[in-house]
Amino acid sequence: MKESVRAAADPSDAEVASLLDRLAVSPDSNLISLLQDVQEKFGYLPAPALHQISRRTRIPLSRIYGVLSFYAQFYTVPHGRHTIRCCRGTACHVKGAVRVLDAVERELGIHEGETTPDLMFYLETVACLGTCFLAPAMMIDNLYFGRLTPRRVQSIIQSHRKCEP
Amino acid sequence: MKRLESLEELTALARRLASRTRSGTTLRVCATGCRALGALDVCVALEAEIARRGLAQRARVVQVGCHGLCAGAVTMVIDPQGIFYMGVTPDDAAEIVEKTVAGGRIIKRLCWSRDGRTFAHQQDIPFYKNQMRRVLKNCGVVDPKSLEDALAHGAYAAAAAVLGSRRPEEVIAEVERSGLRGRGGAGFPTGRKWQLARQAQGDPKYIICNADEGDPGSFKDRVLLEGDPHLVIEGMIIGAYAVGAAEAFNYIRAEYPLAIEFFKAAVCQAREAGLLGKNILGTGFDFDIVVVQGAGAYVCGEETSLLTSIEGQRAMPRVRPPFPVARGLYGKPTTVNNVETWANVPRVIELGAEAFASVGTTGSKGTKIFSLAGAVRNAGVAELPIGATLRQIVFDIGGGIPRGRKFKAAQIGGPCGGCVPAQYLDLPVDYDSLKAIGAMMGCGGIIVLDEGTCMVDLARNLSQFARDESCGKCVPCRVGNTRIFQILTRMVRGEGHTEELRQVQDLCELINLTSLCGMAPNPVLSTIRFFAEEYEAHVARHRCPANVCQGMAGGARGRKALSRPGGARPSSLPGGKGV
Repeated sequence: MKESVRAAADPSDAEVASLLDRLAVSPDSNLISLLQDVQEKFGYLPAPALHQISRRTRIPLSRIYGVLSFYAQFYTVPHGRHTIRCCRGTACHVKGAVRVLDAVERELGIHEGETTPDLMFYLETVACLGTCFLAPAMMIDNLYFGRLTPRRVQSIIQSHRKCEP
Repeated sequence: MKRLESLEELTALARRLASRTRSGTTLRVCATGCRALGALDVCVALEAEIARRGLAQRARVVQVGCHGLCAGAVTMVIDPQGIFYMGVTPDDAAEIVEKTVAGGRIIKRLCWSRDGRTFAHQQDIPFYKNQMRRVLKNCGVVDPKSLEDALAHGAYAAAAAVLGSRRPEEVIAEVERSGLRGRGGAGFPTGRKWQLARQAQGDPKYIICNADEGDPGSFKDRVLLEGDPHLVIEGMIIGAYAVGAAEAFNYIRAEYPLAIEFFKAAVCQAREAGLLGKNILGTGFDFDIVVVQGAGAYVCGEETSLLTSIEGQRAMPRVRPPFPVARGLYGKPTTVNNVETWANVPRVIELGAEAFASVGTTGSKGTKIFSLAGAVRNAGVAELPIGATLRQIVFDIGGGIPRGRKFKAAQIGGPCGGCVPAQYLDLPVDYDSLKAIGAMMGCGGIIVLDEGTCMVDLARNLSQFARDESCGKCVPCRVGNTRIFQILTRMVRGEGHTEELRQVQDLCELINLTSLCGMAPNPVLSTIRFFAEEYEAHVARHRCPANVCQGMAGGARGRKALSRPGGARPSSLPGGKGV
């Protein structure tokens, strides 16, 4: 795993250990819900956490990596504090999802799969948000935004920036 | 809520709650789907206005689930009159409270209107008038976060009737007689599935609610989970009793945070009230539900992948047989049903098999919930007897195509379904009829396409989905979908060749035949079948008749693609991973 060298932002072993203690991690733990809990806490899956999970669950690191790389919602590198998910489902596509994605990319100055330099936003596209009546739609964290136009995208992102110092 | 110890206590409580007369006005605001367009602000503004005018004794705001007419967001219903307002903003709150709540007058500009006709009442609006809302009966009516409200509207009465006076075999026979078939898309008869699960050897037995609604264009399961979660729980209780299961999992996709929150809350309330857990209602029946959150993989909607995902592994389909009813979760007999199927079960018991089966077609009984999106006026969810024609769904319910454009096709049944062109608008939509033209009802997702849609570009979007979501287990799918995507990408760029169309068709057919879950981009086949001239225009003449594909004569809508490292991506295409 290329993240095996600890990044500066990674939590310490002690921090990880205290979280895993609290989650009572054992060989009986369900790997996916465990990874979700760890990612919920740290915002991504830091290498030290994966090592400790492997030891405690006795699941080989290779298998853990196999699982986390299979699912779209697991990350092994830090992402922005907020995740923007642009929908590229069929309904959004025929209603101009491309223009929305372009507007988000322009506003943030990043491409899909990247994080802004200030670590505020991470941008990804998803197959379908299941809010097709809002098409074209996107989510910022757990909030849905619909009937987007490039201008509305701009104002939504700007007001999000203002909310956080 | 106090724990209910017996069936009689439930009946008494439900009767008491139902008879608790709610004098005054109830303002039911959709606080789920409409949330994205400011529904919560509308609620706050309405409550503040009601308080300011000292009307708190006479009017109350209830945050409910989806009313169905999502195109009108924010929508609300004012009861007891049944007045339907749409496009409501916080600025309208003062007028609504002053004129409608206090004065009993209708605000015309918030009412549904078309062609000079205005309807103030929900039941008069064509979108509602032409529906048969059985499963959605309480969606948009009950407060999804209140068990008491659900009980007042009859929740758990069917489960109580089953636990109190019917043997599991009788329940299965009733469901079998009703003709209920799986609403997730495959349409397997539910009663037969339960029968097989009941007879299967193994202990414990599990039941699963498949809420991994991944098909683009489908959102009816989200509406059910957010709008009436107790209905789904009730269906699962009845199913568990019938097949002899004590534990269930509801696998909800991670993209539905609200559905997860509401369903979890409903499970907690039901458990507290003794409707889940040990010795339910004093009948000696034990049953509980665990909510599992997905992690973002479309293939989990396929039942065997879903089971491996619950087990904490990579979600890859298994070879069937053995089917999950024989060997499913952790190798035990497992009954997997879709959210909508579970939500139908209490209705089968309430109505009785014969009444349930009184609507529908010969092979497909009952009603079906459709998700309507795309180029249609009344986007939203609607419930109709199975067998309604596409024309009824798109025009009578959906209100037709906006901006004076023409209907071109309906993408129905998700990315494995098909595209139905205009000449088949009068075919009845049921499990079997659409198969003849290479489509299927599937989960009931309908994306309406107008003349502004380029079918080649659409096919490319769907093939991109299939490529991205292939789990990689079966080689024809993993490699074939990538190849299809590459070919279609060349075509939308005007670089395609005629003989490649044959290759795309061959690949689709091969994937259908040889992959475990059958995730072939079938809509691509129907676009080739019904819109051959558009492909021809792209490939032979380098033109895009719908003016969508950039860089082609007759194309270029003036979208600017960002310049990317490694070359510009193909235009009109949402972020691909590169070809």
